[in-house]
Amino acid sequence: MLHIVNKSPFTTTSLESCLRVSKPGATILLIEDGVYGALDGSRVSAAVRAALADRTVCVLGVDAAARGIEGKVLDGIDVVDYDGFVDLVAANDGVQSWL
Amino acid sequence: MSEAGATKKFLYINRKAPYGTIYAWESLEVVLIGAAFEQDVSLLFMDDGVYQLIKGMDTKGIGMKNFSATYSALGDYDVNKIYVDKDALAERGLTLEDLQHLVWEDENEDWAEKDSIRLVSRDEIAGLLEEQDVIFNF
Amino acid sequence: MKFGIMVNEGPYTHQASDSAYFFTKAALDKGHEIFRVFFYHDGVQNGTDFTTPPQDDRNVVKRWSELAQEHDLDLVLCVAAAQRRGLVDEDEQKRHGKDGHNVAPGFRISGLGQLIEAGIQADRLVVFGD
Repeated sequence: MLHIVNKSPFTTTSLESCLRVSKPGATILLIEDGVYGALDGSRVSAAVRAALADRTVCVLGVDAAARGIEGKVLDGIDVVDYDGFVDLVAANDGVQSWL
Repeated sequence: MSEAGATKKFLYINRKAPYGTIYAWESLEVVLIGAAFEQDVSLLFMDDGVYQLIKGMDTKGIGMKNFSATYSALGDYDVNKIYVDKDALAERGLTLEDLQHLVWEDENEDWAEKDSIRLVSRDEIAGLLEEQDVIFNF
Repeated sequence: MKFGIMVNEGPYTHQASDSAYFFTKAALDKGHEIFRVFFYHDGVQNGTDFTTPPQDDRNVVKRWSELAQEHDLDLVLCVAAAQRRGLVDEDEQKRHGKDGHNVAPGFRISGLGQLIEAGIQADRLVVFGD
């Protein structure tokens, strides 16, 4: 299953709820302001790092670059482009947008 | 109406409080229209969405239409799988008793009245999401 | 694969419409089919014909209209949401006695059933919003 998070973890509980409810094997894609969840060294980095143990976490590269953080994401987080975003949707049976 | 043999599992997820924004009401409008399409429908209330089900709302003072009654009508639209995140309730100092008592009538059991609300854990929510064909968020 | 796209926010205030546009474009470029793009809540504002964004910024509405024309896309504005927010096509103008109509090329106003149908007919429904 693909989970999409588009808000900063400091603005809403979307990332937190996503991490609590996504199952092992799921893919979490951070887009728009959600890319801030990928920043290393933040209050939520430990939770995101823990998720990397059994889930795939990706960040939309153009959104990270727009916000000046592309080089600062946690190790283990994949950077994808819109083609990759489309592929993720196609490859996963379900899509959950955490609005 | 659904294509022959093509019933899909539809889940409508509500995570926002009512009245501060329009999402709660406009998501109900989708559910009501969607009911005519005879899919396998479930509703999930989690995070601030659980606030939508609190009983005894009085909106006269804010001049907005009170749409609480629409939740109680859902049973008549064959929408009777209403999942509520029990941890979201507890975090917010709420219990099932604070919520509207939503029911439906089971025509297969002589129209016996049954509860529509099912309290679920986060693990159960994880499983619920994975079962769905189509998930709406507002 | 057939995609349904739902856009819940209007142009400029949220990034949702931009994200939906780039996703839709990428999906089309990869050879996927877009069954419908359905605009709900403030998303109906993506269909207004009266925006005049600054010259040095993207034109969100025009971009959707052009993509629709290039790929014969079905861009639908929810009628209930449109009525609340003042998006009016010629039918709605006559029906409600308005002074004009303001739906941009490539968009049409229709009911929520079109969203449900997209959920049923598409292989994937992707929601962009707040």
